[in-house]
Amino acid sequence: MTMTYPRGEGSAAAGRPVSRALGELRIATASLLRQPGLLLASIVLATVLSAALFPQIFTPLNPLRGSGAARLLAPSAAHWFGTDQLGRDLLTRVVYGTGESVKAVAVAVMVGLVLGSVIGLLAGYVGRWVDDILMRVMDVLLAVPTLLISLAIINALGFGTFNIAIAVGIGSVASFARVMRSEVLKVRQMPYVEAASFAGIGPLRTLIRHVLPNAAGPVLVLATLELGMAILSVSALSFLGFGAPPPAPEWGLLVAGGRDYMATAWWLTTLPGLVIAITVLSANRVARALDRRHAATF
Amino acid sequence: MISYFLRRILHALIVLWATFTATFFLLYVLPGDRALSKLGADSGGGAVNLEELAKLRAEMGLDQPVLVQYLRALWRALHGDFGVSGQTGGDALAMFATGVPETLKLAACALALGLALGIGWALLATYTRSSTIRQILAGMPVIGVSVPPFWVGLVLLQFLSFQWNLLPAIGNAGLASLVLPAIVLAIPKAAVVAQILSRSLETSMKSPYIETAISRGASRARALLGHAFRNSIIPVITALGMAAGQLIAGSVVVETVFSRSGIGLITVKAVTYQDTPVVLVAVVFAASVFVTVNLVVDLFYPLIDRRIDIGMRRPTIQGA
Repeated sequence: MTMTYPRGEGSAAAGRPVSRALGELRIATASLLRQPGLLLASIVLATVLSAALFPQIFTPLNPLRGSGAARLLAPSAAHWFGTDQLGRDLLTRVVYGTGESVKAVAVAVMVGLVLGSVIGLLAGYVGRWVDDILMRVMDVLLAVPTLLISLAIINALGFGTFNIAIAVGIGSVASFARVMRSEVLKVRQMPYVEAASFAGIGPLRTLIRHVLPNAAGPVLVLATLELGMAILSVSALSFLGFGAPPPAPEWGLLVAGGRDYMATAWWLTTLPGLVIAITVLSANRVARALDRRHAATF
Repeated sequence: MISYFLRRILHALIVLWATFTATFFLLYVLPGDRALSKLGADSGGGAVNLEELAKLRAEMGLDQPVLVQYLRALWRALHGDFGVSGQTGGDALAMFATGVPETLKLAACALALGLALGIGWALLATYTRSSTIRQILAGMPVIGVSVPPFWVGLVLLQFLSFQWNLLPAIGNAGLASLVLPAIVLAIPKAAVVAQILSRSLETSMKSPYIETAISRGASRARALLGHAFRNSIIPVITALGMAAGQLIAGSVVVETVFSRSGIGLITVKAVTYQDTPVVLVAVVFAASVFVTVNLVVDLFYPLIDRRIDIGMRRPTIQGA
């Protein structure tokens, strides 16, 4: 994700000397080494990301073509995750499924982050009736469980991984909007915002240059926290069959695909699900570390 | 006080109305021409007779302005008529209602189980003096919220039902068929309750009144159960208000995994077959459960904690 203000520190971060940035990097690495759990979680996330970008370096096999002789083989040295009913290597399918899943999760979090931030920013900064109307709409989004919101949106938009991503993203808009609004309300009281308006800076420029950078921190932390939730929601919806159609490898779909062979081939559901669980766990671990770090700096 | 409750009820009704409105516009106005797709589906994708199309449009009320369509739908919904299910041809609300008892049974079991597990877990994690045990206990809820429920369900099915034949795999027959789905549904709830309660207990145990109680001879267990617990339970109750809606969402996944009939399975089928009236019922039902439970939770606050003045706004709880 490229953000202009990565940690919500505003314009102060722009002019930081390189040596100081390197020093910070060293401190970050040192603290990472002191927390083995966090280190492991970061490694898992890095692996998942590289599998999404370059699946071919993880496996030489084809995710869609199998060999008839190698049907439903249990995990072994040759096939770490075993093979499915068509003789396709399951690990290869999980690796190639990563791209689809990661893309959907990224889209979902971006939709929630951008829409939620705009709504929260407007509600908090403009106030009055704009605030009232926007927040009542958010109340509705909070009153219906996110999965049902997503299902309703899928019913309207149709099936497909991209539609799932949009649906999951809209389901998370309300929490982003609430956090952004409360931050904006806090920042709006700050002397520098008042100073900016006294200095003759227009409201839009004040909003973008001064309010947004200083309110963005907690919202970005929430975005990392939402990553894990988004992985779970996206995989649940594709498990239910609303994502890509079957031959495509996708994490939730792979778990669903093993349902018919549960009595004979345990690995078909267990191992892809384990990959999802470990990825969510890692995302949550990293998000909590960021959350704590952020709480410590402010 | 009465005016407070009236205000809360009015707010609840407004949320319900807004939910209906938002969902109606999402489901009925956004997608293309429903008459055309219905006719296209009926004739098997062949050529469409324009006269027939116009007739069907008039029949479905689609020739009317959107606002008229909406007001008509709202008026009917207020009388319990959400339209006709595309799958059965019967009343959408009645069809949805057949699933409610089974799901309520499941949700109630899961809620009780989740509460018991979560509270016990948090009490244990706070009571133990060994930091190793505490760390292990504190780590488990994190795992509980990170595992995909559909996967937990399938893994349990695989080992308990298929490999060891302990419990029935699918269906609604008897209490035994309720065990696995309830466990799967309870795990995330228990994890959330345990996390919130241990954090809240930790703060309470550091408060002066606990020191006072212990200095006056109360045991650690008594200080924990008799004093700290009572003061720490409010955030859990707030979280439960939120959990009510989540249980319905959870039933969507769990009922699919275990092929249990209930509103979750009905909702999934409705989305699969684009049965829009039933989807509308599902969303409005979920919102009404959420609104009702939160209304009840609000009534309960003053009974649990006398310090909460009912005339004031809902208490704000950090980290809940």
